[in-house]
Amino acid sequence: MTDLLRVENIHTFIGQFHILEGVSLSVPAGSITALLGRNGAGKTTTLRSIIGLLSPRAGRIMLDGREIQGRPAYDIAALGIGYVPEHRAVFRDLTVEENLKIAERRKGDLDRRSDLIFDLFPDLKRFIRLPGGQLSGGQQQMLSIARVLVADNRLLLIDEPSEGLAPVIVENIIEALRRLSDHTTVLLVEQNFRMAAQLADRYYILDDGQSVQSGQMAELARDGALVAKYLGAG
Amino acid sequence: MKTPRLRLPRNWLGPAALLVLVLFPFAMALITGQPVTEGAPKFWQGMLAQMFILAVYAMSYDLLLGYTGILSFGHAMFFGTGAYLTGILLKHAGWPLWQVGLAVMAAAVLQSLLVGLLSLRVRGVYLAMVTLAFAQMFFILSEATDFAQWTGAEDGLHSIPAPRWMNPTDERLRFYFISLAFCVAIYLIVRRVVESPAGKVMIAIRENENRAQMIGYNTFVYKLLAVTLSGVLAALSGLMNALWNLNANPTMLSVGVTINALLMTIIGGVGTLVGPMLGAAILQLLGYWLNAFFGPRWPLIFGIVFVLIVLFLPYGVVGTWQMRGASWRSTWAERRRRLAGWANEGGLGRKN
Repeated sequence: MTDLLRVENIHTFIGQFHILEGVSLSVPAGSITALLGRNGAGKTTTLRSIIGLLSPRAGRIMLDGREIQGRPAYDIAALGIGYVPEHRAVFRDLTVEENLKIAERRKGDLDRRSDLIFDLFPDLKRFIRLPGGQLSGGQQQMLSIARVLVADNRLLLIDEPSEGLAPVIVENIIEALRRLSDHTTVLLVEQNFRMAAQLADRYYILDDGQSVQSGQMAELARDGALVAKYLGAG
Repeated sequence: MKTPRLRLPRNWLGPAALLVLVLFPFAMALITGQPVTEGAPKFWQGMLAQMFILAVYAMSYDLLLGYTGILSFGHAMFFGTGAYLTGILLKHAGWPLWQVGLAVMAAAVLQSLLVGLLSLRVRGVYLAMVTLAFAQMFFILSEATDFAQWTGAEDGLHSIPAPRWMNPTDERLRFYFISLAFCVAIYLIVRRVVESPAGKVMIAIRENENRAQMIGYNTFVYKLLAVTLSGVLAALSGLMNALWNLNANPTMLSVGVTINALLMTIIGGVGTLVGPMLGAAILQLLGYWLNAFFGPRWPLIFGIVFVLIVLFLPYGVVGTWQMRGASWRSTWAERRRRLAGWANEGGLGRKN
């Protein structure tokens, strides 16, 4: 498989703080790659550096062989990267339909993708006229994921989709993400190791702003010691 | 056969309010027994005409603050520049009104592009400070003696020759209807804008600019669009204000006029469009009545009233009304659901 995304030794600062101290990873096209690590390891900062919300001071980020670091977020998004941030980032005052419509890059995108979206998340169809802020936490997360499906994104960056959700909702999200992997490539940040293990083909572990370990997810799932060392989960 | 219930259309309030405002001068004449072009009817036509002009000014600010989340402390510069340009072109250049209108819009586009390009690089309170600095610059220019022959410096520009057919003194009723039509037209335009896809992006920027960028929007362009449109509308309200007062003075460019826009928007309801129009009416009427009762100390009383409004109507008059309406609707919907569930289970007739 060819790499859709390559991150090479990036260093990112937030204010004076050196958060990423040399993160490297690659995401093969058509795969789900999990980015794992404890709180504060730099997972979200890595995603924000890739999408352009933070500018790395060193290193390279390449999408399909094309350097994208340093470009504005809207420019990177237009290249086909969809970002689902943590904390269910819906537009609270816009209706479900408007939340989806606003993500169109070409007229009619939503109509073309509506079957897939409402098949994955039938609740959104029921509440299509409801403001995003009035949805439950799980529905907001679904809307947040659905929004990046409207446009023809080649790569999805998904940050902590299970955070704060009831187990039954997490199962729905897992199912949706599994079906999504047939259509697109995913870089998934997830603290819930069980969820990541169910979904991902490959993994990278970050620790103190550095990528320290990578490999096949199936191997990691069998290596309890490594999981306990870096993720604190067995 | 079941008789169909007479139902008002959902959006009946707007047309009804418009009908009331159209009939208002004649109703006042009937009530007071005075001719429609004299006495109390004429006075109240003037009062409402000022409200309509201020309503446009407030709507222009709501587009900026309420829909795009841009806090500007320099909005008066557009209003004042529109008024001054109207006065200068009518009085010194002798241009016809339609040309003045086009010139005011063109100048407002240039002015807002300049201000927007330089100020939108920063956000929040920094942006507010940059816009304040620009407004102060125009304020100082208006008072400068170097341009006194054009602007009247500190005294302002007086005796602006409004076209005879819309002179606010001699043709008050016509001026009333022109300003009403102006207000309605601008309302419809702004509503169209905020309901358009570009308007939704503006709302998205207000909620979270980074998020809007992550979807792929160059938020700077949309913010610049909002500043420009808002500037043009404020300048047009300045034009109408100059025609009403027949003068333009440095006060129109002062921070106080920007604060008025902020007050009207907050009192009516930020991001509601109708709210700031109502806020303009409240500010105008309260100013008139409090001045009549308390004389020059009226701003003190107004301050207390404003604090009470913010305390008891935290989302403004229209905003709080909408919030409570939504809350009541969801409560009733929940009760109806429960009743329906109870009835399906057998209700009072259920036998165990």
